[in-house]
Parts: sequence; structure tokens; C-alpha cells
Amino acid sequence: MSTSPLRWLLPLGVLAALVLAWALVVKLNNLPPYVLPAPGVVLETLVEDRAVLFASMLVTLRTTVIALALAVAGGVALALLFASARIVEFSLFPIAVILQVTPVIAVAPLMLIYLSTDAAVLLCAWIVAFFPVLSNTTLGLNSVDPNLRDLFRLSGATRWQTLAQLKLPTALPYFLGGLRIAGGLALIGAVVGEIAAGSAGQGSGLAFRIVESAYRLNIPRLFAALLLISLTGILIYAVLSLLSWLVLRRWHESELGGRT
Amino acid sequence: MSAVARESVTRPAADGAPLLRLSGVGKRFANAVTALDGLDMEVRAGEFVSLLGPSGCGKSTALRLIAGLTEPSEGRLEWDENEKDRRASEPHSIGFVFQEPTLMPWASVFGNVHLPLKLAGVGRREAEPSILEALELVGLSAFRDAYPRELSGGMKMRVSIARALVTKPRLLLMDEPFAALDEITRFKLNNDLLEVWRRLRCTIVFVTHSVFESVYLSSRILVFRARPGRVSAELVIDPNQPRDETFRTSPEYAGLCRETSLALARAMDAP
Repeated sequence: MSTSPLRWLLPLGVLAALVLAWALVVKLNNLPPYVLPAPGVVLETLVEDRAVLFASMLVTLRTTVIALALAVAGGVALALLFASARIVEFSLFPIAVILQVTPVIAVAPLMLIYLSTDAAVLLCAWIVAFFPVLSNTTLGLNSVDPNLRDLFRLSGATRWQTLAQLKLPTALPYFLGGLRIAGGLALIGAVVGEIAAGSAGQGSGLAFRIVESAYRLNIPRLFAALLLISLTGILIYAVLSLLSWLVLRRWHESELGGRT
Repeated sequence: MSAVARESVTRPAADGAPLLRLSGVGKRFANAVTALDGLDMEVRAGEFVSLLGPSGCGKSTALRLIAGLTEPSEGRLEWDENEKDRRASEPHSIGFVFQEPTLMPWASVFGNVHLPLKLAGVGRREAEPSILEALELVGLSAFRDAYPRELSGGMKMRVSIARALVTKPRLLLMDEPFAALDEITRFKLNNDLLEVWRRLRCTIVFVTHSVFESVYLSSRILVFRARPGRVSAELVIDPNQPRDETFRTSPEYAGLCRETSLALARAMDAP
């Protein structure tokens, strides 16, 4: 990362300018809050409705984190299975692709029929988060330096040693890249699931608050909930980036910035 | 290692006892490419033998056969009886250095050199004296905690050599280890390698496509020809000849290089 303060000041300045433009548009056109609330009104609503909104945020965050954890467990386990036998990869990978390419919003109503609301929302988030973990980890496990593999063979390494000391470290940067994508997708999956479930009259996550606010024309609260979803996404991304940096900073090019 | 060995720049001639013999060895790959055909060669205990030849003549394949990384399609590879017994009791009697440094980027220099011992179940503490000794041999003691990406190409290659030496192998196999380095670094590593060879009294099989390098380093050169890959000429260089900058600029060296170049040219012209 560049240490220049401009790296931080410039994006913050652009953001501030956009918010200012938003406030001006509302003020100059005398727009009522149910059409477009001013940024100040959104912030006021956020503070006033904090009990409801933060409780909802925790629900969505919880779903996202659990789905992500399960996606990591499932994705890594399946990737290891793929790496151990090509035949398993040939057999199962198409199914993983089908799961990935079918839009989750289209499958959500079906899941809501067969599963409890909570389980259906979780499954939505899991399905979309699972694929990047699986595909990236598989790619990583297959990217072992052939010379290092020979060296392990020459040294009489066991299968377990080769896995733990060669394949897993090689796959780590790929996995962490997949994890960062999966974190964002898990949130999207959770929101999609909540919206699908919310229209069935259930749920209490942030996405449900958005649907509810829209029905009631409580546009300031809709914006406040939206702001919180964005913040949740940023938080997840920041945490996963930090994790990646902590793990890779000593050795991987991706985390070395301009240092040479 | 001993003071006696340190005093003199030379070492006694290889005792000549064969360590390993390849007879009628052929190697064909799945894509029908014949890398080696009817290869006869011998590696003698304590010698520094270079396999010299053009690209694609199967010299790297020969090295991989000796390492046991691949099996011959035909012919035999026989180890000396004593060596066979020793290999059975010590699986790490072979060190291998690749053309690329082939280091694990996630491990420090110390961790990389530790690897062969770690895989043999030797813990960090127990392995430390051997690791430090190997690093000292290649002059990298000060860099034990550095990561590969923080090192230059020549230093990475030194780490790779230290890793091959850490198990104190009696046979060191090197596959064009200095081919990717600049000439200055290469000359320096040539001298350091000879010093290591003298101190450890191991046997080295060195694959190269450089006439100058093979003459400078070797006590014996096997010139390979391609299609089919086999030995076409053998040159012996007095192992007592001191190898230093004086030798590198001497008429003897130039003469040996000319002789070797001619042998290589004949090998390449052979039908």
C-alpha cells in the first residue's frame, strides 16, 4: 500500500462530494422524504431506529458468517477430495457449476417450500459462497511446482506430508482470494434469501427491513437499512483482506504492494 | 572439513570405485519421444562428473533416472553393493539441485533448508546444527530468516544447494543449476561448489550445456549426443589441477575447452 495520505483523502473526498450533491439535489428541488430523503434525514433515522436496524444487521451478519464458514468447510473439503482423485473432480464439478450458474433468486422460493425460513436463507447464502472457495482452492491445489513435488518425492515424503507442507501452502493464496469473493457473495446470498423469505411474511434481517420499509413508504428507513448492508459488506471485505494480509505479507507477491 | 583438506586446493583423485553403472539404458516417454537409447555410463565414487550436451540430448533425463524420479524403459541401473546397503538404511543419500532454485516461497531460508530433514522426521531443534552448517557452506549464515523473495537469483541458488547438502548426501545431482545466472555470479558459485565438493568429499553429477563450466569444474566429462541420447565421448581432466582464476585464464584451460568443444561438435554432427 502506498503510504501517501492522498490514497485515503481522494476517495473520501469523492464520497463527500457525492453526499453533498445528494443533499443539494434534495434541498434545491424541495423533494419530500418519501421520494428522496436528505442524507441528514437518513442518519437521523439510523439513530432513531437503531434498536430495530442493528438487531436486523446482526441477523444478516450472522447468516452471512455462518454461510461463509460452511462454504469454507464444504469448499475446502470438496477441493481436497477433487485433488486426491481426478475421477471425483470429473464427476462432481459439473454439479457445482450447475449450482453456481442457476440464479439463486430463482431457486429460493423452492427452498422456502422444503426448508424452514432460517435454513432456506442460510442455504441461499451458502450456495453462492461455496463455488469461489471450491474453484479457487482446487486451482491452488493443482498449482504445485512440479520440481518441488519431485523434491518431496526424493525426500520420501508421505502423502500427508506432501498435502500439509506442499499442497496446502501452495493453495493458500488462491483460497484467500476465493474467500474474499465468497464473503461478498455470502452477503448477497443472505440478502436474496431474506427478500424471498420476507415476501412470504417472514424474517427479520436487513433485507427484510428494506422490503418492509418499501411497503410502508418509509423511505428514510429503507436508505438507513441499505447503508447498513453496505457497511456490513465493507466490514466483511475489510476483515477478510486483513486476514489475507496477515497470512501472506511475508511471502506472497499479492500482499507486498510496491515493495521490491 | 578437515584442516588437511583446507590447506591444499587440490584433492586426491577419485578412487575410481564405481558407485553406479547404467548399461543399455533407454527411456521413452508416453508421447513416443525417445530421450535415451543405449546409454552406458558409470559414476565413480568421489568424482565430479559433468554430463555435457545440447538441449534435448537426454542428460537431464539421465539425472532423473539416477535420482529415481523416473524409471528406465529398458536397460539396467546398478548401484555398487555397499552403496545399495547404505541407501537402504539412509534414504537421503542423494541431494538434488534443480535448474530453478525451487524454494518454497512461504518458508524462510532456514525453513527451506530444513525441509529434507523435516520430511525425514528431524525436528527444528535437532536439525539446527546441520542447517546452520549447510548455510555456512554456501555463505548464507546471515540470511537464515530471510524469505526467498528477498534474495537475489544467486542467493536463491545457494539456498537450493544448502538444502541439497543438509542431509550430507554422498551423491549430489545437479541439473544445470547455474544456467539462469549471470556470468559473475556463476563464476563465484563455480568456485564455491568446488570448495563444497572438496570439503564434503561427495560425488557430484553435474548436467550443463556450457563447455567452459564443465571443463572448469569436472574431473571427468561425458559428452552426450542427441536423438538418440547417449554418451558419445569421455574426457578426463586431472583432478589435481587447481581450479582458480589462474586456471580459468591459462592456455591449458583454453586447450581443454577446445578439445571439449570439438568433442561436442562431433557429437552433434554424428548421424
